[in-house]
Amino acid sequence: MSVEQEQVERTIRCLVAKVGLDGHDRGAHVIARALRDAGFEVIYSGLHRSPEEVVQAAVQEDVDVIGISILSGAHKTLVPEILDGLREYDAFDDRLVIVGGIVPDDDQAELREQGVDEIFGPGASMEEMIGYIREHAPER
Amino acid sequence: MSGLVDELLAGKHSALARVITKIENREPGYRDIVSDLHGHTGHADVVGVTGSPGAGKSTLVDKVAAHYREQGHTVGVIAIDPSSPYSGGAVLGDRIRMASNAGDMDVFFRSMSARGSLGGLSTATTDAVTALDAFGKDYVIVETVGAGQNEVDIVRTADTVAVLVPPGSGDDVQMLKAGILEIGDVFVVNKADLDGADRTVQQLREMLQGRSTTGHHGASGTGTADLGTATGGDDSWDPPIVETVANRSEGLEEFCAVLADHSDYLERTGRREQQARDRFAAEIRTLLREDANRLLEAELARQGGLEPLLDAVLARETDPYSVVDEVLTPLRECLDRERPGD
Repeated sequence: MSVEQEQVERTIRCLVAKVGLDGHDRGAHVIARALRDAGFEVIYSGLHRSPEEVVQAAVQEDVDVIGISILSGAHKTLVPEILDGLREYDAFDDRLVIVGGIVPDDDQAELREQGVDEIFGPGASMEEMIGYIREHAPER
Repeated sequence: MSGLVDELLAGKHSALARVITKIENREPGYRDIVSDLHGHTGHADVVGVTGSPGAGKSTLVDKVAAHYREQGHTVGVIAIDPSSPYSGGAVLGDRIRMASNAGDMDVFFRSMSARGSLGGLSTATTDAVTALDAFGKDYVIVETVGAGQNEVDIVRTADTVAVLVPPGSGDDVQMLKAGILEIGDVFVVNKADLDGADRTVQQLREMLQGRSTTGHHGASGTGTADLGTATGGDDSWDPPIVETVANRSEGLEEFCAVLADHSDYLERTGRREQQARDRFAAEIRTLLREDANRLLEAELARQGGLEPLLDAVLARETDPYSVVDEVLTPLRECLDRERPGD
């Protein structure tokens, strides 16, 4: 693709997704707001989404970043389903997949191997997350 | 780049999504894409839905989309939310209400933010509708917040415009008088189970009767169509008022029937073609203005920019009219050379 000088800075689009039975979305709300204030466009999924719904949203909204918030401990089944779905719709390669929540160390390595780009635990700061997204948002 | 168009036409969801992204960002090459898609459009019925925040637009759109899906049609939805004028960021929340179509890829739902500076929401929306139409969607629904000029602009994109009014004080309806009352082909009093709904319907009816001049869509307001279709002559459309309770799907069938009636009316009277003509005329004029502006800016820069000219104007060595004449002289000469016959 040719590069034109007049091109303005691209707006980064993020999906903040709550998946599965976990009904705690205060953290997701705080994150959505912080990302908005950082100048990103944030699509919030709402609670209790199935992996298919997250994939549908990620594909149709053409987001750069998919942030999956899971506090229920079901990440080992739900996250791979999302990753598979993204691949099925050819929407995996140029997208950043981030998991936020409580993920044991052993599982972290496994998730990364499956295609998760970064995992933010309870101690992570918003600045850290925003900085990471800015730095790693995919070139398109 | 044309690979993307081929993929879109072949029905690849991620290609459609990427095309809309390029349209939104005004990325290099988006014009060629929209040009290539144009020949594949003209099949979708485009419905605009507007109304004040909290009127229930998203919920109604969700139900209408599900209704069309039940009938075997495919649906595209564009939901527009405001963006922050400070950070440029936005939380696009309409998707939360799309519960009835969750996981159904044949409802293509796309959130767009009203990015103020990128050359007009209406142009981007129109182009996004083009993409959904070319993709083969039978219905395209454009949902927007009712707070200003943008809603009047969606008229240019939609074949049928539905205006949602929540039951409330008369003042709310008064607010709608300016502009938005004229663009509605259908009025919906949503949350009709709430107190005051009857009164809102009554007030709306009175106001619509007062709408004697032809609106944007050429409705001539005579008679008192209530829950109905075009009354009076074949050529007139009296905007019906429909009561719904969207979250319980009450009044939904009726609303969809009214949308279908309006679609028939457009077809029967030849208004659809007229609307399309008007729409393209407005679009071409807008694009002409934008492009001519860009040409002029470039020419101005080539001649050394505005600053030296301003100095001269301030020093009373020249004046604004003469400056414009001078700046345009090379352009005029160019045109004369190209068309010596004129």
